[in-house]
Amino acid sequence: MTTQGLGGRRRRRRPPAVLIILGVLGLAVFVVPFLGLLARTPWTDLPALLSGDVVADALRLSLVTSLAATAIAAVVGVPLAWLMARVEFPGRALVQGLVTLPLVLPPVVGGAALLFALGRRGLIGEPLNQATGLLLPFSTWGVVVANTFVAMPFLVITVEGALRNLDRRYEGAAATLGAGRWTVLRRVTLPMIRPSLIAGLVLTWARAFGEFGATITFAGNLQGRTQTLPLAVFVALESDRDVAVAISLVMVVVSLAVLVALRERWWKVL
Amino acid sequence: MSRFRPVVVAALLLVLAACGDSSEETTAGETTTTASASSGLEGDLLVSAAASLTDAFAEVESAFEAANPGVDVLLNLAGSSVLREQILEGAPADVFASANNFNMDQVVEAGEVDGDPEIFVRNLLQIAVPSGNPAGVTGLDDFANVDLLIGLCAEDVPCGDFGRTALENAGVTPAIDTNEPDVRALLTKIEAGELDAGITYVTDVLSTNGAVEGVDIPEEFNVIADYPIATLVNAPNPDAAPAFAAFVLSAEGQAILNSYGFSSP
Repeated sequence: MTTQGLGGRRRRRRPPAVLIILGVLGLAVFVVPFLGLLARTPWTDLPALLSGDVVADALRLSLVTSLAATAIAAVVGVPLAWLMARVEFPGRALVQGLVTLPLVLPPVVGGAALLFALGRRGLIGEPLNQATGLLLPFSTWGVVVANTFVAMPFLVITVEGALRNLDRRYEGAAATLGAGRWTVLRRVTLPMIRPSLIAGLVLTWARAFGEFGATITFAGNLQGRTQTLPLAVFVALESDRDVAVAISLVMVVVSLAVLVALRERWWKVL
Repeated sequence: MSRFRPVVVAALLLVLAACGDSSEETTAGETTTTASASSGLEGDLLVSAAASLTDAFAEVESAFEAANPGVDVLLNLAGSSVLREQILEGAPADVFASANNFNMDQVVEAGEVDGDPEIFVRNLLQIAVPSGNPAGVTGLDDFANVDLLIGLCAEDVPCGDFGRTALENAGVTPAIDTNEPDVRALLTKIEAGELDAGITYVTDVLSTNGAVEGVDIPEEFNVIADYPIATLVNAPNPDAAPAFAAFVLSAEGQAILNSYGFSSP
């Protein structure tokens, strides 16, 4: 045992060359596209390219809708994760599958499904529109709905996993000391899964911030109302590639800044 | 990236030169044997065609392959500007069929076109409304109605550019609710009844078999879209490429295109 332990420690000091090579190749998959983006960036014209109101509108809309989607996900996604982790109910496997579906489905399919469900002639959208006059497609709320649909699985899955791995003796101890279920959840459970909760929220926000397919299919594309940064990039690619590259760079910088700033908590979870 | 392209081309030329001598005889022999069986053309033919040509070019493909059994036509269908970008970035293509002159001109300017592009069809615009026309749209004037849900193609896509010109011709400032990335996306939302009206090509309305209805735009406001076709300098199949372009321009090719609502130039 001791010799194996020592050997293990020695190996750890210098990782195997094969792992280094493959690992660096793996990293290249993520880095190379960004190098391409940086190589194409018209650095001197950048301020001029980004000063238009198209970019300002899209950035504002992206921030507002992605944060709104994250807030909605927190309000309904955390309870859903709790139910999935803690309550035995028939069809739980199916529910877990449904929750994961937006992760594997092409977002365009999700957008089309949203349109058929919540559109003006949709299953729920039609009675909703007749009763309240509310119309989700082609509105900013439509963007929020599309973002929530695509991004919430990240929160639900992360929180559910954390709840399953949680040592339940702490909750048990709190309960024996007289705390009600609600107090246990608020004072013991949620603080203990805090790192996962934050990681889930960040992932959800980041996914919503970059959402494209479901948004353009369900909510359409109109500057100031539904045109988020990814949509602005897509439209700009048709006409002015420099603008498209400049907006892409803004997206990369904003996303990377948030993800790196939170990496401490990030690593604790993953 | 463009700085590296000459290096790649040079490397490819070296490889080609190295194997040229040995393989030339055999390929020449093969060509003569198949020539007796058919037109002598063979191999894959990459055709980059505008999305609005989807259905029509599928039939053109079958007819061309029937006449040239050795050739396998591969259609690459997307928005003209996407196809333009692909060609400018060095993606292999034999023939480029664009939905407007602007994108073709860019490819010509980059020196990628062999010879001159030729206009092979024309397309007219039409107002597209959901089946039954629930909002009662009668003309371009309705596009200014804020109570209707109005969609156009994005400004930089040919159908969006032409649509805006038609509205301008009619003196209408549209109350737009969405700028769709391409004509098919716009059509889908009209077909689903989520939009009350949009402007597409006559051929698009025809392609939905009644799911979308057309309302004519008066001739004085309408815009004629020219579709140019060209063979490309770096065509991987330089023999079949001009044959395909000629077929599209031939009486047989034009008859197929006319049946999908395109008018001959």
